[in-house]
Amino acid sequence: MLARFVCPATTGCLGLAAQAAARQVGQWSRAYAAAATTELTVRDALNSALDEEMARDEKVYILGEEVGEYQGAYKITRGLLQKHGAERVRDTPITEAGFTGIAVGSAFAGTKPVCEFMTFNFAMQAIDQIVNSAAKTLYMSAGQISCPIVFRGPNGAAAGVGAQHSQCFAAWYSHVPGLKVLAPYDSEDARGLLKAAIRDPDPVIFLENELLYGTAFPVSQEVLDKDFTLPIGKAKVMRQGKDVTIVAFSKMVGFSLEAAEQLAKEGIDAEVINLRSIKPLDRATIAASVRKTHRLVSVEEGWPQSGIGAEIAALAMEECFDDLDAPMGRVAGAEVPTPYAANLEAMCFPQVPDIVRQVKATVGRA
Amino acid sequence: MEFLGGPLTPSSPRIPCYRTLDGTGKHIPDAVVPHDLQQQDAVALYTAMAKLQVMDTICYDAQRQGRFSFFMTCAGEEATVVGSAAGLDPRDMVFSQYREHGVLLWRGFSFDDFANQLYGNSLEPGQGRQMPIHYGSKELNYQTVSSPLATQLPHAAGAAYAMKLDGADTVAAAYFGEGASSEGDFHAALNFAATLGAPCLFICRNNGYAISTPANEQYAGDGIACRGTAYGMPAIRVDGGDARAVYCATRAAREIALRDGCPVLIEAMSYRSGHHSTSDDSSRYRTREEMVAWRARDPVVRFRHWLVANAWWDEEREKQLRHATRQQVIEALEKASKVAKPPVSALFSDVYADMPWHLQEQLQETLQVARRHPHLCPPDMPVQ
Repeated sequence: MLARFVCPATTGCLGLAAQAAARQVGQWSRAYAAAATTELTVRDALNSALDEEMARDEKVYILGEEVGEYQGAYKITRGLLQKHGAERVRDTPITEAGFTGIAVGSAFAGTKPVCEFMTFNFAMQAIDQIVNSAAKTLYMSAGQISCPIVFRGPNGAAAGVGAQHSQCFAAWYSHVPGLKVLAPYDSEDARGLLKAAIRDPDPVIFLENELLYGTAFPVSQEVLDKDFTLPIGKAKVMRQGKDVTIVAFSKMVGFSLEAAEQLAKEGIDAEVINLRSIKPLDRATIAASVRKTHRLVSVEEGWPQSGIGAEIAALAMEECFDDLDAPMGRVAGAEVPTPYAANLEAMCFPQVPDIVRQVKATVGRA
Repeated sequence: MEFLGGPLTPSSPRIPCYRTLDGTGKHIPDAVVPHDLQQQDAVALYTAMAKLQVMDTICYDAQRQGRFSFFMTCAGEEATVVGSAAGLDPRDMVFSQYREHGVLLWRGFSFDDFANQLYGNSLEPGQGRQMPIHYGSKELNYQTVSSPLATQLPHAAGAAYAMKLDGADTVAAAYFGEGASSEGDFHAALNFAATLGAPCLFICRNNGYAISTPANEQYAGDGIACRGTAYGMPAIRVDGGDARAVYCATRAAREIALRDGCPVLIEAMSYRSGHHSTSDDSSRYRTREEMVAWRARDPVVRFRHWLVANAWWDEEREKQLRHATRQQVIEALEKASKVAKPPVSALFSDVYADMPWHLQEQLQETLQVARRHPHLCPPDMPVQ
């Protein structure tokens, strides 16, 4: 691996999404547990989750490139080396296959590693260790050897980082039995899901989003509690609605919420579901929503073929075909390796107007 | 300005090969033997090697008869595998490649255990999940065999690191062939183990072939041992056909790893007398003369000569051991072939620590279909 893009404080490139999120806080407060009291960035949510879980269980340790002395390529592990020591926050030589294998082996031997990839794009160099070793060993050993490991890092597109730094891997990992796959959106998700992932005995893929690291979300006291966890396999209804169900994960949840506000002005009341968990997928929540709204749109950054939307379409056929008044609509990324030029890149990934347009088509108001 | 290595210095000295017995099994005078074997241990080592040889022969033939799908022998490498196993502590965690079942035999895996795994029946701890020879035993600290080559090397380095964090007095021991040492994971594992100071033994079986690729096409340097010092760890080359030398080297390596908090590399030179596996016919890529010459240096025979010279073994005991072992192995295979296969529910368990709802649903659906249409299910598979 040669080029490593360390994105500095990203407020500059966050653009509309984060600003909109901050603006809309008041209207969404009913979606958050209890009364919102503190603003917490996703970065600090992840950092505090790691800190607390390491204090709670001495078997938990962090490894990856630049996680220690450098405080983390995206500063997610800031301060942890100083607080917990070099044995528990390990800087590794540059070999994803190597440090992933090391982490997997140490998990077989009883530790609970949190293995950071600078981006999941680089994890492709380690994917054999993730799939053939971490995911399958419990099964192959008939329950004798477990791998309580968390693989975490930024997934999907950032801004202006080109084809080899922008791929979404949700669909790839969601395919594999033996893995659990989580995709947090806001700070509550980040804290609750990461703590749950670290405490889980199975290998977990934790797909973060670089552009959300700097976004602050309101969180309740409950979320800040050191034992706050979210259940793995449960989606969250972010916004109730009656005309159409929009299913999204990660950054697209924010875009979907913004699209829902715009659609509301035109009399279309959208329900927005934040998947939180890609595997296991909360089929029941999606189906229950479709039974209510009768229309379904999925939104993802990744490529359409064999993507998460394809899985949602299949489950719609299996679970709630008779409740659909229209075929499901899919919003996904353009089927090209991500170009670098800003104008081309903007056309590659779903923007709020794309979601609005698809929803209108699905509800028959195109 | 001086360039060293490669074609520029073709006669630079090779790393010497440690041995204590010559090619006929005679003790080499002045050989350094820090842990000499007394009668009881020597006989234990020998019987394990001989049993391994008998078991390999019978199981190989059983596969050829169609009793199970696949088998691999360790013919020619019995001393490397059993000698090193004896030099480890039973609590040391072993990460094998696929030709080290002698370690399991040494640690107490029975012929029944082997046979059950080969037949993938309901008695084997692996529950029929893995293809033949992919043994594993949590009890005996032997990691389940992983097919992709060399992935076990970083695992071992990581496990050793975990042991170090725990302050344990055990090591991790990874086995691999000279071919697998070409994989990227080999580089990462050794580099890592050294930078982390992990007490890990890397034991290379340099047996001359990686399926059909001879060692002189696998690497251009001085074998695998030279790579150890390059990564900053002590390394030794040993005669893999000399059980006593392998035993001594492994014991010493283990002591170094624990005392100095570092990994150690052992390159055991031997020869793969058998085919790569039951899917291979090595007569296609090597000569009969070569194989015959190496058979004459068979490690089991060499060690037996040394025992006989010490009056610790004789013809009669040899005949009895071979005969008894043959009977036991055949019996074990017979027994295992009659045991029921794992039930239908074994298909869906152990994917996760707790069976999630979607797999529970799929299991129930499968059981329903199997009960309604029994002819769809294999006759020896319990529908439960």
